[in-house]
Amino acid sequence: MKNFTHKKTYHPYISPLDPCPPIRTKTYSTPPHLYMGFQPENLEQFNPREALQAGTLWKAFYDPYYGPKEKGRGPNE
Amino acid sequence: MSNKQMPKEFYTMMEELQSIDFVLVDLTLYLDTHPNDYKAIQQFNEFSQARRQLKNQFEERFGPLQQYGNSYSNYPWNWNESPWPWQI
Amino acid sequence: MWIYEKKLQYPVKVRECNPRLAKYLIEQYGGADGELAAALRYLNQRYTIPDKVIGLLTDIGTEEFAHLEMIATMIYKLTKDATPEQLKAAGIEDHYVNHDNALFYQNAAGVPFTASYIQAKGDPIADLYEDIAAEEKARATYQWIIDMSDDPDLNDGLRFLREREIVHSQRFREAVELLKDERDRKKIF
Ligand SMILES: [Fe+2]
Repeated sequence: MKNFTHKKTYHPYISPLDPCPPIRTKTYSTPPHLYMGFQPENLEQFNPREALQAGTLWKAFYDPYYGPKEKGRGPNE
Repeated sequence: MSNKQMPKEFYTMMEELQSIDFVLVDLTLYLDTHPNDYKAIQQFNEFSQARRQLKNQFEERFGPLQQYGNSYSNYPWNWNESPWPWQI
Repeated sequence: MWIYEKKLQYPVKVRECNPRLAKYLIEQYGGADGELAAALRYLNQRYTIPDKVIGLLTDIGTEEFAHLEMIATMIYKLTKDATPEQLKAAGIEDHYVNHDNALFYQNAAGVPFTASYIQAKGDPIADLYEDIAAEEKARATYQWIIDMSDDPDLNDGLRFLREREIVHSQRFREAVELLKDERDRKKIF
């Protein structure tokens, strides 16, 4: 899958009568577990220290979320 | 009450324990839905043994982690000594 | 029974005294999709669900109490030595008039916790789908709090909690599959 991302976007309808300046692109998360089905055995793991930091033992579920004020880590990939 | 501060080793040992315990938590949930994964159960038992050793080492230095008899006590009773987890 | 352990599940850190962030976090303390509601929901559902998923509900419900303690720790640290001026600036002075620094089970809008947050239909599929939805809603709440927060240390702990919701959702989805499968029963052809 080329250009696959867990951060999806959509473009809401914009009316000339909308009072606020339009946000043209809206985003939402589709984290990796939505694509996993029943977890297969022997998936690759983090080491214990990394796992604690990541919040998951298995790399396949790792989906870090950063806020707009957190610079240098990229947006919510 | 006191100005006692926990030494740096308290934080490093605590984080080591948190890491091992995290693996055990995530493996527990996994095994709840994958009861026949032999390799995962082996890993679980290895980590369970490692956590027991680390818990003992931690408690020798910093006092009991659990009570109701799941940890030994020093004299005097030191279970209710600060700091509690939210204070550290 | 439950055994308390004198240790957080994750090393919670907060960079600065900021009662405004505590106000958002209270949503995950005493809100509809918060950690208290989650813990009570899962543990309560155990009595009316097939045996093969009782262990999972027990273990996730127990982990939710560890998350509740993490949220409490964050709120405690964010407000510990805040001045009345800081509380006023954060718009939570009315909370302090009533409760002072005490934590209170309520949502971010100040609505007290209610048992009606805890769904239990008695139908295993309905209840597990409820649990999956609850995990996704809690995940979303963590995203919105991370979006509003400028404390990198706090966000680190919130990211951990958000990731746990993902794993919990995964396990509940697997629990549904286990119930569909009826793996206990030998297939007879
Ligand atoms: Fe959860």
